[in-house]
Amino acid sequence: MLLLRTAFKNILGGGKRTWLNVTVLSFTFVIMVAYNGILDGFLEEARRETQRWETGAGQIQHPEYDRYDMFTLQDAHGVAPLSLQTYLADKSMTPILILQAAIYPQGRFQNILLKGIDAGQNILELPTAKLRHTGTEIPVIIGQRMAGLADLKEGDRVMLRWRDKQGVFDAQEIVIAAVFKTKTTTVDAGQMWINITDLYAMTGMQDEATYLVKSENCPVVSDIDNWSYKDLKYLLADIDLMAKSNQTESFIIFAILLAIALLAVFDTQMLSIFRRQKEIGTYVALGMTPKRVSGLFTLEGTSYSILAVLMAAVWGTPLLYLFAQTGMKMPEVYADMGMGMSDAIYPAYHVSSIMTSIIVIVVLSAIISYLPARRIAKQNIVFALKGKIN
Amino acid sequence: MKQTCLINTQEHEKPTLPSLCGEGSGERSLQMRAIIISMFCIVCTTGLFAQDANKLLADIDKNMSASSRIVESTMVVHGKRNDRTMSSKSYSIGMSKSFSEYLSPAREKGTKMLKLNREMWMYSPSTDRTIMISGHMLRQSVMGSDLSYEDMMDDRKLSEIYTPKVVGEETYEGQKCYLLELTAKVEDAAYHSQKLWVDAEKTIPLKQELYAKSGQLLKRITLSDIKKVQNRWYPMKMNYKDMLKDGKGTDLIITHIEFDKPIPDYIFSKASLKQ
Repeated sequence: MLLLRTAFKNILGGGKRTWLNVTVLSFTFVIMVAYNGILDGFLEEARRETQRWETGAGQIQHPEYDRYDMFTLQDAHGVAPLSLQTYLADKSMTPILILQAAIYPQGRFQNILLKGIDAGQNILELPTAKLRHTGTEIPVIIGQRMAGLADLKEGDRVMLRWRDKQGVFDAQEIVIAAVFKTKTTTVDAGQMWINITDLYAMTGMQDEATYLVKSENCPVVSDIDNWSYKDLKYLLADIDLMAKSNQTESFIIFAILLAIALLAVFDTQMLSIFRRQKEIGTYVALGMTPKRVSGLFTLEGTSYSILAVLMAAVWGTPLLYLFAQTGMKMPEVYADMGMGMSDAIYPAYHVSSIMTSIIVIVVLSAIISYLPARRIAKQNIVFALKGKIN
Repeated sequence: MKQTCLINTQEHEKPTLPSLCGEGSGERSLQMRAIIISMFCIVCTTGLFAQDANKLLADIDKNMSASSRIVESTMVVHGKRNDRTMSSKSYSIGMSKSFSEYLSPAREKGTKMLKLNREMWMYSPSTDRTIMISGHMLRQSVMGSDLSYEDMMDDRKLSEIYTPKVVGEETYEGQKCYLLELTAKVEDAAYHSQKLWVDAEKTIPLKQELYAKSGQLLKRITLSDIKKVQNRWYPMKMNYKDMLKDGKGTDLIITHIEFDKPIPDYIFSKASLKQ
């Protein structure tokens, strides 16, 4: 305790030099917390939005379906296993049937994915109620990105061409019933959503599905009759992969920031040892072992980081709070990147993330302070008293 | 046919309600006779037309289909701003085997494609790699044209897929043509129905319209420059036009064609892609 008190007294006596080090370290700390907050906020939102709009609580996929291979779509459909029919009936699962088709907006040819979904489903956020109709005109819903790509808006009519179960071409004009806004590109760009009942009639694929989306209430968690169960870990793997790649990126940024801040601490420590040689000798002469003296200097260096954390808490907390409220506005071009990328990213600060940042800064400060201080322990006491530490 | 007449005659000989009533029965009997004769004529004519339509379709198949063919052709894809021209040489046996090599432009030169049943491989000289393409790729457009690989390779006889019906006669491009309506009799015909303007003299279609199940016109093929090749009439120029899309479509110009020539098996092997 005495050592800690002495250490704090010593560094506070350092004046401007100390506060400069503390300020740089506190700045690094706030940046680390903010950056981690942005990443966590983005990934959390991406996960949440993908679940709400695309994956639900999990999926049961047709054996032939491979979401990364478009060419599997032609064969990836069939009637769901009998044991799943109960869940389809009570709507704790909803079928999705995917087909390749083409639209001709303004006389242009455009390949699309035509996705059939139950108009009465309530598992996904898609406004499927708009797909209900009584007339002969078939309504579809599209996302904002798709609307932009095809230059379509609500109420527009466009020619749709598809092939039925046997591969026979068919074509009919459809009407855009609604344009929805979503952060999940994977349910938006290059695709149209249609009432699955209409799709059955159009293709002859009665009661077939490419995959089934399950709600939280559905207890199915394993493969059934070759239909493979995909949990959220699998379905959100892309987001996790993105998180991993971001971790590497943030590690590099933090390393650079910390290197700059800790270099200042290291420099201060070196200067202290050089300028306070007689003080070191006096400590030893008064009975402190060289190891305790080097411990004192290490503690002094570490105290910079402790002060930095306190300082960061003072000026960083209101700033980070404000940042969490306003979010970080993203340029429009990022909105098309998918994975739940929205127009603004709202940071999420986790205690674990903040604690990690604190530990990293304190531990690295301790190490960086110990490196020059350890030389004290190896010195001859007589030389130290004379102020001749090498 | 005779049976139909007999039944009708018997029906006519039955005492009808008006005849039992007496007045006007002779007049009605005459009307009935006229109806029966007309029906007989319609039935006979339809039969004859059907026979003619089948014969016509068989003749078209004789001209257009072959057990094998070697084709050198140029494809002109008419774009909005400019046209793209590419030439190729292809070998095919029925619908199951096909091999083609692009000869120009320089960017595509040496690109080879091999199709065996529902599988397809593509060799690109720039990467020196052979990629297997799923059979579904066959439904995609060939190099951005109005033709799909399936369109190019579909060599099934029309008579195997469609039931024909002659619906009239028209003059098209100064030629007397039969207007033939085809309706799919198999479930997997890409186009549910077709309309053909068939040159009455050469029994070759000069215009072909392909329709969706809903009756929507999807594609129009205009065939011209009809030449005699190995005792058959064959169009040396075809224009494929996707009717739902703007533009002038795609021209397929045949520079050289040979029918029913034996093609060695090694051509249809993956090894030939890299040769």
